[in-house]
Amino acid sequence: MLRNKGIAFKLVLFFTLSSACIFVAIFTYNYFVSKRMIAKGIEENAGNLIMTTTNKIEAMLSATQKVPENIAYFLENSTNDEQELFQVLYAIVEKNPEIYGAAIAFEPYGFKKDKEYFAPYFYKAYGGINFKYLDKHYNYFLWDWYQIPRELEQPQWIEPYFGEGGGILMSSYSVPFYKKIDGKRQVAGVIVVDISLESLRDIVSSIKILASGYGFLISKNGTFVTHPMKELIMNETIFTIAEAREDAKLRDVGRKMLKGEQGVAPMWVKSAVTGKPCWMAYVPIKSSGWSLGVLFPQDELMADITNLNHIVLFLGIAGIVLLAVAVVFIARSITGPLRHMAKATEHIGAGNFDIELPSVKTGDEVGRLSEAISFMRESLKEYISELTEATASRERMESELKIAHDIQMSILPKKFPPYPERKEFDIYATIKPAREIGGDFYDFFFIDDEQLCFVIADVSGKGIPAALFMALTKTLIKAKSTMGLTTDKIISRVNEDLCIGNDMSMFVTVFCGILNVKTGAVQYTNGGHNPPLLMKKDGDVAYLGKSGELLVGAMEEAQYTARSIALGEGDSLFLYTDGVTEAMNERNDLFSEERLQKELSEFQDRTVERVVSGVMQKIVEFTGSTPQSDDITMMMITYKGE
Amino acid sequence: MHNKNRTRYHPNSTLLFTVLVIMIISCAVSALCAEPALKDMSFIPQWTPQAQFAGYYVAFEKGIYRKYGINLAIKTGGPYSAPVDLLEKGEVDFGTIWLSTAIQKRSQGIKIVNISQIVQRSSLMLVAKKGRGITRPEDINGKKVGLWRDEFRLQPMAFFKKYGLDVKIVPQSYSVNLFLRDGVDVASAMWYNEYHTIISAGVNPDELTSFFFHEYGLNFPEDGIYMLEQTFKKDPAAACNFAKASIEGWLYAFKHPEEALDIVLKYMATANAPANKIHQRWMLNRMKDLILPEDDKSITVGTLAMRDYQRVAGELKVNNLIGQAPEFGDFYKECAKYAEK
Repeated sequence: MLRNKGIAFKLVLFFTLSSACIFVAIFTYNYFVSKRMIAKGIEENAGNLIMTTTNKIEAMLSATQKVPENIAYFLENSTNDEQELFQVLYAIVEKNPEIYGAAIAFEPYGFKKDKEYFAPYFYKAYGGINFKYLDKHYNYFLWDWYQIPRELEQPQWIEPYFGEGGGILMSSYSVPFYKKIDGKRQVAGVIVVDISLESLRDIVSSIKILASGYGFLISKNGTFVTHPMKELIMNETIFTIAEAREDAKLRDVGRKMLKGEQGVAPMWVKSAVTGKPCWMAYVPIKSSGWSLGVLFPQDELMADITNLNHIVLFLGIAGIVLLAVAVVFIARSITGPLRHMAKATEHIGAGNFDIELPSVKTGDEVGRLSEAISFMRESLKEYISELTEATASRERMESELKIAHDIQMSILPKKFPPYPERKEFDIYATIKPAREIGGDFYDFFFIDDEQLCFVIADVSGKGIPAALFMALTKTLIKAKSTMGLTTDKIISRVNEDLCIGNDMSMFVTVFCGILNVKTGAVQYTNGGHNPPLLMKKDGDVAYLGKSGELLVGAMEEAQYTARSIALGEGDSLFLYTDGVTEAMNERNDLFSEERLQKELSEFQDRTVERVVSGVMQKIVEFTGSTPQSDDITMMMITYKGE
Repeated sequence: MHNKNRTRYHPNSTLLFTVLVIMIISCAVSALCAEPALKDMSFIPQWTPQAQFAGYYVAFEKGIYRKYGINLAIKTGGPYSAPVDLLEKGEVDFGTIWLSTAIQKRSQGIKIVNISQIVQRSSLMLVAKKGRGITRPEDINGKKVGLWRDEFRLQPMAFFKKYGLDVKIVPQSYSVNLFLRDGVDVASAMWYNEYHTIISAGVNPDELTSFFFHEYGLNFPEDGIYMLEQTFKKDPAAACNFAKASIEGWLYAFKHPEEALDIVLKYMATANAPANKIHQRWMLNRMKDLILPEDDKSITVGTLAMRDYQRVAGELKVNNLIGQAPEFGDFYKECAKYAEK
C-alpha cells in the first residue's frame, strides 16, 4: 500500500513518525525524572511539616499527661483526706488552662467502706469552676475513662467525645492510681483529666498544602478526630470510609496507622474534600496512639511539572508539525521537478523532443538528473534525425537494389514452355533469389536449328558486384556460344575474358551444355559447378561425375574439356546450384546431394515443371522457417526425341 | 359459545355500568366511600432511630400503614423511653420488645401480648480476637468476658454453663473500646451494631472469632411487636393490620435497601443521632439475615415459633427470673387468624 505512495508522503510519514517516537521517549523520560525529583522534594517538605505538627501535638498531650501522672504518684502515699483531694483537683483545673475538668474516682468502697461511689469532679462551666460528685446514676465504673485504665492498669487516652452541651470535641487522659491494701499494691481508682481538643484541631487544620491539601487526625479506633469535613468527625472512621469506597488498600493503610506505623500510602488516596487523588503520608502520635494523616493533592503538587510538560508537549508537537512542513517543502522541491521530468520523459518517449524540461538550477542529484535527461533528449534528437536520414538513404539504396534485381531477373528466360513448336524436348527452370541480390543465373537458347545451348552458373559473392559479374558472364557465354564453338572453347574464352581486369578476384562456376535436339547428344563442360543429375527414363538417377575442372574467371590459363553423353528418349538432365544442396534447416543439416538424388528418384514420369516445383517444395519443407541464405536455381531438360 | 352469551347479556351489562357510574359519582360526593376512616395508633421502637427499625419507618413513609387503615404516629425511642413502660401507661399502642424481656414482664403481671415476632435470630453474640488464642468455646475458659446486664446475660451465661466455662465477667459499658484495647478477651456484641463497630475500628473479620448463639442451640428471638392484651382484644383486626403492614414494610426495605437507608438516615437526622450510612447499611443487611434467615426454611416471617418461646421461657425459669412461664396461647396472638385487609 505504502509502496505506491509518493516520495513526499513517505518522507513526511517516516520523518514525522520517527521524530514523534524520539520526542515521546524524551518526554516520557523527562516526565518521570522530573516527577521523581518533585516527589522527593515533597517528601522532604512533608516530612518537616509532619514533624513540626506531631511535635506540637505531642507537646500538648504530654503536658496534659504529666498532671494526672503526678497526682497518681501523690495519691499512692496520701491518706484519703477529702479536703486535700478537693484542693488538688481544684488546683489542677484552675492552673491548667487546657484542662477542662478533673476527677479522682475511687474503686467501690475504696475511699470509705460505706461509699460505693466516690468521685469528686471539678470542671469549668458557666465562667467558673464547678463541682459535683459522680454518683451511682452516672455509674462511672462502666465508663471507658474509668474502666479501660482500670482493666489495663495503664494510663490511657480515652476515645475523643463531644463534651456535653457545647459540642466541644474533648478527650480524657486517665491514670490508675494504686494503694497498698492489705499489704498488696492494688488499683485504688482512676484520675482523669478532660481536655478540649480544640487547640489540637487548630494545629491540624493549620496544615494547608497548596490549595486543597489537608491534614486529619484519627483516634485509636480510626475515628476522625479532626478533618476539614465536619460531618466525618466522630461519625466516621477511616475504615467506614474505606468500606464506602470499597477500597481495601485504604483499610490496610488505616490499620498501619493504628499500629503506630509511619509511612506513605502506596496508592493515590481520594481527597474527601475535592475527590482528587492525593499522595498521603501518615505518622503516629505516640503518646495517645492516634495517627496524623496528611493529603497532598497530586494535581496541585504536579501543577508546575504539568505546566512544564504541557509546554514541552506543545513545543514538541509544534516542532513535529514544523518538521513535517519542512519535509513537505523539501520533498516538493525534489518531487516537483521529478514529476515534471517524468512527464517530459514520457513525451520524449512518445517522440516529442521539443518538450520543455523543468529548469533545475540546483547542483544536486535532481539537477544532475535534469541535465542528464536534457542531454539524453538532445542526443536522442540528433540520433533520431541521423537515423531518419540513414534510413532514407538505405531505403533508397534498397529500392535501387530491387530495381537492379528485377532487371537481373528480367534477363533470364521466364516464358515456359519457351519453344512450344519444338516437341523434341521439354525445358523448365526456376530461380528463387535469396533476400539479397545473388549471382545465380540460368540461360538456354538455340545456337542453330538443332543445337540448344543451356547454362547454369553461380557467381561467387552477393550483391551488386555479383549481379554485375553474373550479367557479364551471361552476356559472354551467349556471345561465345553463338560463334559455333564447342563448350570447352566457350568456357575457355569466357574464362579468359573474365580474367582480364578481374581485380576483385571474382569467379563463377558454370555448367554449360549443348543438346542436339535431333540426336539427343549432349556436349558439356563443367567449370567448377555442382554436377548435374542424369535421370534415365528407366528411373535411374545418377550424378554426372565431377569434372575436376577449375572455376571460371579465377585463372587465365585454365584448360577446360568438353564431354558428351547421349540422352535417350525420355532421359532428363537436372541442373542446380549449391543453393539447393546447401539449403539448411534449423539444426544446420544440409539438404545434401544424397537427399536431392533420392527425392528426384521419387519424381519419375513427371513433367519438368512438376519435378522442379516438387524439389522446390521439398526444400521449403526441409528448411522450414530457416531463412534462405543463397539463391536456389534449378533447371531440367527432358529429351523426348523426334 | 362465548360470543352468544355475551350478546345475550348485553342489556344487563349496560344496566350494571349505569349503576356503577351512579355509585362512583355518589362516592366522589360523600368522600366516605373513597377511603374508610383511618384509625389513629402509635408505635415506639426500643431505641433511637436506626436500621434496626427500618421496616417500621419504611412502612410509614411508603404509606403502607395507611393502606392498612392505620394513621400511625411513630414515637422516638431511646434509653429513657422503655416501650414496656409506655405500653403499661397506655401512652403508646405498639412497641418492639425483646422476647425475653416481654416474657419477664408478662410474668410480672404486665399483660402484654406478642402480635408478631419480627427478629427470628439472636443478634446478640460473643466476639473474641483470635490473636488472644480464642477460636473455640473452650478457649474462653478463664478469660475476661465483657457482658451487658439483665437479659443480655441470659444467653452468655447459658452458653458458659453448656460448655462448663469459668470466666471472669467484666461489666460491659456502652462502647467496645475496652475490648478493642484488649481490656477484655471476649466482648458482647450485637451483630448488626457493635460487631461492625469493631470492624470499623480496623479489626478484620478474619481476626475475630464469632460465637452466634443460634449456632449453639441458644437462639433467642429478639425484637417482636407487643401491645397490651386489652388493646388487642378491643380490635384484633386493627392490631394485626399493624403487624402485617410492619412486615410489608420490612420486605419493602429489604427489596429497596438504598431507599430504606435514606429513610432511616432521615429519621436519624431528625432525632439528632449521629448517622453513619455505612454502619446503617451493615445493620439493614444484618436485619435481613435475622428476620429472613436464608439457611432455615422452617422459619415463617413474623411468626413466633413455640419451640423458641419455650427455650427462652425455660432459660428464664432456670435463672429464676420468672416463676411460671405464661401460656404460649395467652402470650402470642398469631395474626394470621385475625388480620384482614
